[in-house]
Amino acid sequence: MKLFRITGGVHPDDCKTLTAKHAIETLPLPDLLHVPLQQHIGSPAAPVVRRGEQVLKGQLLAHSQGMISAPVHAPTSGRVMGVGNYPAHHASGLSVPTITLQPDGEDRWANNTAIPIDPFKLPSEEIAARVSAAGIVGMGGATFPAAVKLNLRTRYTLKTLVINGAECEPFLTCDDRLMQEQAADVIDGIRIMAHALGVEKVLIGIENNKPDAQSAMDAAAADYPDISIARLPTRYPMGSEKHLVQTLTGRETPARGLTADIGVVVHNVATALAVHDALRCGRPLVSRVVTVSGSAIRNPKNLRVLVGTPVDDLLNYCGGFTSTPARLISGGPMMGQRLPGTRVPIIKGSSGILALTHEETVHDAVMPCIRCASCVRVCPCGLVPLEMANHARAGDLEGAAGFGLMDCIACGSCAYVCPSNIPLVQYFNYAKGELTARQRAEHKQAETRRLTELRSERMEKQKQAKREALAKRRQAAKAQQQKKAAEADA
Amino acid sequence: MDAPLVSGPHAHGAVSVSRTMVLVMLALLPATLFGVYLYGWPALNLLLITVLSALVAEGTSLRLAGKPVRPYLLDGSAALTGWLLAMTLPPWAPWWIGAAGSFFAIVVGKQVFGGLGQNLFNPAMVARVALLIAFPVEMTTFITPQPLFSSNAPGFLQGLAISLGSGVQIDMVSSASTLGHVKTELTRGISVHNALAPVYDLLTGFIGYMPGSMGETSALLILAGGIFLLFKRVITWHIPVSMIASLMLLATLFHGINPERYIGPLVHLLSGATLLGAFFIATDLVTSPVTAKGQLLFGAGCGALVFIIRSWAAYPEGMAFAVMLMNALTPLIDHYVRPRVYGRDRKGEPLVYEGKPEPPP
Repeated sequence: MKLFRITGGVHPDDCKTLTAKHAIETLPLPDLLHVPLQQHIGSPAAPVVRRGEQVLKGQLLAHSQGMISAPVHAPTSGRVMGVGNYPAHHASGLSVPTITLQPDGEDRWANNTAIPIDPFKLPSEEIAARVSAAGIVGMGGATFPAAVKLNLRTRYTLKTLVINGAECEPFLTCDDRLMQEQAADVIDGIRIMAHALGVEKVLIGIENNKPDAQSAMDAAAADYPDISIARLPTRYPMGSEKHLVQTLTGRETPARGLTADIGVVVHNVATALAVHDALRCGRPLVSRVVTVSGSAIRNPKNLRVLVGTPVDDLLNYCGGFTSTPARLISGGPMMGQRLPGTRVPIIKGSSGILALTHEETVHDAVMPCIRCASCVRVCPCGLVPLEMANHARAGDLEGAAGFGLMDCIACGSCAYVCPSNIPLVQYFNYAKGELTARQRAEHKQAETRRLTELRSERMEKQKQAKREALAKRRQAAKAQQQKKAAEADA
Repeated sequence: MDAPLVSGPHAHGAVSVSRTMVLVMLALLPATLFGVYLYGWPALNLLLITVLSALVAEGTSLRLAGKPVRPYLLDGSAALTGWLLAMTLPPWAPWWIGAAGSFFAIVVGKQVFGGLGQNLFNPAMVARVALLIAFPVEMTTFITPQPLFSSNAPGFLQGLAISLGSGVQIDMVSSASTLGHVKTELTRGISVHNALAPVYDLLTGFIGYMPGSMGETSALLILAGGIFLLFKRVITWHIPVSMIASLMLLATLFHGINPERYIGPLVHLLSGATLLGAFFIATDLVTSPVTAKGQLLFGAGCGALVFIIRSWAAYPEGMAFAVMLMNALTPLIDHYVRPRVYGRDRKGEPLVYEGKPEPPP
């Protein structure tokens, strides 16, 4: 298959051998599950259960609210211990609304509401509705509600479904294992999505450091001529949505646009599997595969884990730490986030838990920029990171934006190759956040001004109306008097 | 565990500022060793003097500026500046030329701008130009090669005397560099061909057995070092290639028009500081543009200026001036020449596709 070139990118040591040969194991039921109501981009789900209530596996715990949202289901059967706040799976460590569930140990499924029928006989809307009801979100880490993407067909002319099996982040092997162990189910999920989107062609991109996954998927897709497997060169960030699409189709997504602008929708392989489970078995998304890796982990593994399981349980199952990790990370080492602690629960978007040793992480002192331009060469977005960082550091955020700050995908390639160890992404994240906050403040100010002006206008009109009414009454009174006087004269 | 809020990436490539500097020094090593062999103890003394005084100047400046001394002194940038300066000086220059040059390079060329990464001009070239203007005689007194341990070579003590500036009459072995010789002969009305014929042949120029500064002599070893740097990805091909191409192009053109007046392209390439400049001086990371297109422009400018200065200006060699003039243009080049942002056209507007369905608001 013909592939197209993208510019930039880096070749980090992929460290995948730690877990690549480890088959997925199912983590035993934990003692307590903490299921956050917001595990996706968009509005948080609204709880529909109360404390003390008994729930079955797959039963709805909280329903989605608004256009972009996703429901949350009970990961196992048990009793709702509380609906309250609990530390989030997020670098901030802030508490978020969470339902705490005590498993009863039976792991009994609820009677599936949707009777499994042949999904290829269902209309697109119905498939999207079922995907939405199953709480499926993008499982590559972005956690965008999958059904919203399936509904893009109503607004865009779609031609191609691209399946992201690149898994370009070092250490992570969960998608690799899924493709090897459940290739047929993944392909089935992909076909259902392709049917729902009404596209002609499916391209599955898998990096060359996963030959076993490539051949497993090849075999599973052999009967479907409209599905092709692309063998991608191993290069980070190959899994970036826009760059993956360009590698496969040669077309560049316009800035600030969606891949749908060029007729492409991208889904992750784990999302495809979740779609298969939802449509074929009527099972909502309540578990996922997580890679637990890093040199500070005694026995790195790939685990199938219920959503809401505390990270502690995963670490203990993997034999704990060999040494105190220098950093504990959720996701991959390039774009993952620091975890504030091990109490936090696994959520739908958690692809990996990494415990990195001092040697594996960034530990050298920050030096001044020597303008070596390595960051310019590796930026996949054609930006000049060193200039953006200079402007951001000097507080000139508009200047940084002028260099394309808002087109940055925060892939971290620049910081990875920086010989001076400058935390470029940190600068960019700060600048992006600050710019957004400023824009919001400006918007608020403008809105306040508009409302104030409207109000004073309204008040002025009321006054005017009163004045006119008074004048009219006076005139009427005067006229009456004159009339009376005239009558009296007569 | 360190600070709780820290962005990715949490991994880092095996790169650092000191690694970059050490690689450049490694690339300079063969040519330097050859230079020391050719010009003996005085050349080695000069190298040690420039490197040590650069380190002293750097340390003093850092202390005065209240910056941490150790990490910056150990990053290798000051030592490299001193080393590069030694490569561009006449090998038998007295100690005070080296010491003054290094102080000037580090203090005026680098630290007053704010230290590492902040200087506008290449520090070694700043020093070289200052020395050339202040001490024209010492800076243009070259010697014919006196290989170490050969019969004419100065011994260690004699070498020390030369370095201290009180030694033998240098005149006995002094000789002009190729470019200097041609320039002088041209002013006497002797054609390029006749001037070059008795003193120069291309093969010797390539191997480097001739008068000049340490970095100017062996084209072969400098080229090898440059290729090593390219291979190690410390530099990219853009500046060396565009610089050599523009110099060769202009030289071919003018030599074709008037071979009696203009030096041929191969002589330009193999004599003087052409290769040292193309691979080690103009490619200085701090003072050259950051984009590939900017680097092509920068290199082409350097090449053209070198040709102009060598052909029509008063100085026989123009590398230092050419690079410094282009250094001054680097901020301007970086301002105007930027890469195309992903998903946008050259003007910065989002790409528009033919027949793209308009998404509803």
